[in-house]
Amino acid sequence: MAKPRVSFHDFTSCEGCQLQVLNCEDELLGIVGAVDIVNFREAIDEKSDEYDIAFIEGAFTRESDRKRLEHIRKCAKIVVALGACACTGGLNVLKNFRGIDESMKKVYGEAASWYETSPALPIEAAIKVDVKINGCPIPKQEFLEVVKSVLAGRTPQIPDYPVCVECKLRENVCLFQKGEYCMGVVAKAGCNAWCPSYGGRCYACRGLITDFNKNAAKDVLAEYGLTLEQVMAEFRMFNGVFPVAEPPADGALKS
Amino acid sequence: MGKTLDINIHHLTRVEGHGNIIVRASDGKVEKCHLQIVETPRVFESMICGLSWRDTAMLTCRICGICSVGHTTASIQATDDAFGLKLTPEVLALRKLMLLAEEIQSHVLHVYFLAAPDALGAGSVLPLASSHPEVVKRALRMKKVGNVICDAVAGRHVHPIALVPGGFTHVPSKKDLKKVQDYILMLNDDVDATVETVAAIGGAFPKFEREREDVSLTHPDEYAFYNGQLKSSKTGVHDIHDYAKVIHEFCVEHSTSKHVRNVDACLAVGALSRFNNNAAQLNDRGQAAAKKLGLKAPCYNPYYNNLAQTVEIAHFYDEAVKLMDQIMKMDLTEATLAPNVTPKAGRGIGLTEVPRGLLVHDYTYDEKGVCTKANCVIPTGMNLANIDHDMQKYVPEVINTRTQDQIGHDLEMLVRSYDPCISCSVHLLKVDWV
Repeated sequence: MAKPRVSFHDFTSCEGCQLQVLNCEDELLGIVGAVDIVNFREAIDEKSDEYDIAFIEGAFTRESDRKRLEHIRKCAKIVVALGACACTGGLNVLKNFRGIDESMKKVYGEAASWYETSPALPIEAAIKVDVKINGCPIPKQEFLEVVKSVLAGRTPQIPDYPVCVECKLRENVCLFQKGEYCMGVVAKAGCNAWCPSYGGRCYACRGLITDFNKNAAKDVLAEYGLTLEQVMAEFRMFNGVFPVAEPPADGALKS
Repeated sequence: MGKTLDINIHHLTRVEGHGNIIVRASDGKVEKCHLQIVETPRVFESMICGLSWRDTAMLTCRICGICSVGHTTASIQATDDAFGLKLTPEVLALRKLMLLAEEIQSHVLHVYFLAAPDALGAGSVLPLASSHPEVVKRALRMKKVGNVICDAVAGRHVHPIALVPGGFTHVPSKKDLKKVQDYILMLNDDVDATVETVAAIGGAFPKFEREREDVSLTHPDEYAFYNGQLKSSKTGVHDIHDYAKVIHEFCVEHSTSKHVRNVDACLAVGALSRFNNNAAQLNDRGQAAAKKLGLKAPCYNPYYNNLAQTVEIAHFYDEAVKLMDQIMKMDLTEATLAPNVTPKAGRGIGLTEVPRGLLVHDYTYDEKGVCTKANCVIPTGMNLANIDHDMQKYVPEVINTRTQDQIGHDLEMLVRSYDPCISCSVHLLKVDWV
């Protein structure tokens, strides 16, 4: 049987998730023995349109990139969104809240009109995505799980419970107990509570669990003294594309 | 009748980010010659406004996954500066160790996976993995040191968690640090072997020179990398708070990254600029590597940035060994590492030498510690005007002696010399070399 042909592509991102792929120094060799890598612009001169699995890193932030995305979709049997930027638009979505024209003027001044940009969106806004690997950056173990699953033709096991579960299992002291706050209550697990385990708060970079109680989440944050503005800022950091990042119509934080 | 050239290299490979090389010449005269930067605008300086001081580094380290520790370092130095924070020797030592880890990792990958294939006429590192498997395994071993160090100290290398203004939110255990130390010491022979390998291929880089303005940090006590004063080979030494007197940003239509100049039309940053400005402060191992590679300051061949990076691998490695030794004797506890931050209104500036060169983060905070204004100047951006000027001098020099394809290849190599990319080793994985 021919080896599956694998392709890497990048859009608006820091390319840190492709680096995470390379950081699997010890585990990756076995898996990649099973595939042929045909596009990896950062590393190789070869370019090909014949591939089975496309990994796409980065957000969709420029209308003219739509064609490139559609082309990748046409070539690939399976499209994997690699990391927060591709899955949810990631941090890039912050610029949508700051105003696109205003942001461009702030950075480029009078030259702003020379450059093309549009609101930051997940790549799903342009093409169908088959598998998502969440996180900023992606956890190595999840990348490995997805690759193994795709090669074996099964559905990857991605948790849909909050980061709090993993944080408790690691016996971390809750950040709320320390007078901090944290998005772990609504954030999708799978990172093994990476940030709280190193003293950082969870920003929900892996997205939000399905059907979480949005009002309760906002209540909890409000109880710990956050203003509406701060609560919205927490949701907007990595999850600005979801309706929950819009303030309540009546402007009140409590549900 | 002179020669006609039409070079259009779309989405240049083996560099981090998206760029095109455009050259047009007719009748032997160069009409157009530049590097187009077609990366999408990312507007971080706008996104950061409104964020708390707690989140500014979290955001700006995500400018680049490869220089994530460098961005975090410049960012937290800007915040330290704005709030007037004092650091303990323990915090300083761990910060420096993480930055050394990133410099070594980035240089190793650039030298082995980008520069070496060019010097050996290969399209990637792949053929080298089968022809020189020991070399490739060595490169991966050395690359891993970046992750080994940063995982233990701050949770990870890409977007480090515990590295924050004023200190660290995590105390690394002595047991973890011992493992880190053992790993570093294990690489000792690999460092000498790296210098040997690069010395063997160094002759393959084009002989081309253009005098330039080198800009870097400089420090009275060490070969500057973490902090210091700003040094220009043309205008001398400046306080970092006056960086805008040296680094003048301007927009050009062919690049979504701003260009930078000082007194001339362009300036250069990076390993070769650091070497040119501070070579006398290299440690013995760095000096020995420079001698072996025949690199002398000032060197104006931009292709030799690859050699300067190799010198720095040797130098930074010995610095990491020394620093690790000191860290093992330190009292690392919450008392010595935990940040103690009281925000106040003001402006702070952080300048750091990251693998590709000088990096500037400049933040203004209000009294609550909310960022109201920011400016980040990225080393690759600082080099863009210099790259254009190098290409514009190089092409007329070779237009009558080299073919269009050869010139295109030379220009690709030139750009790569400035712009390392760490993400290349994936390519190896196709080859069964274990």
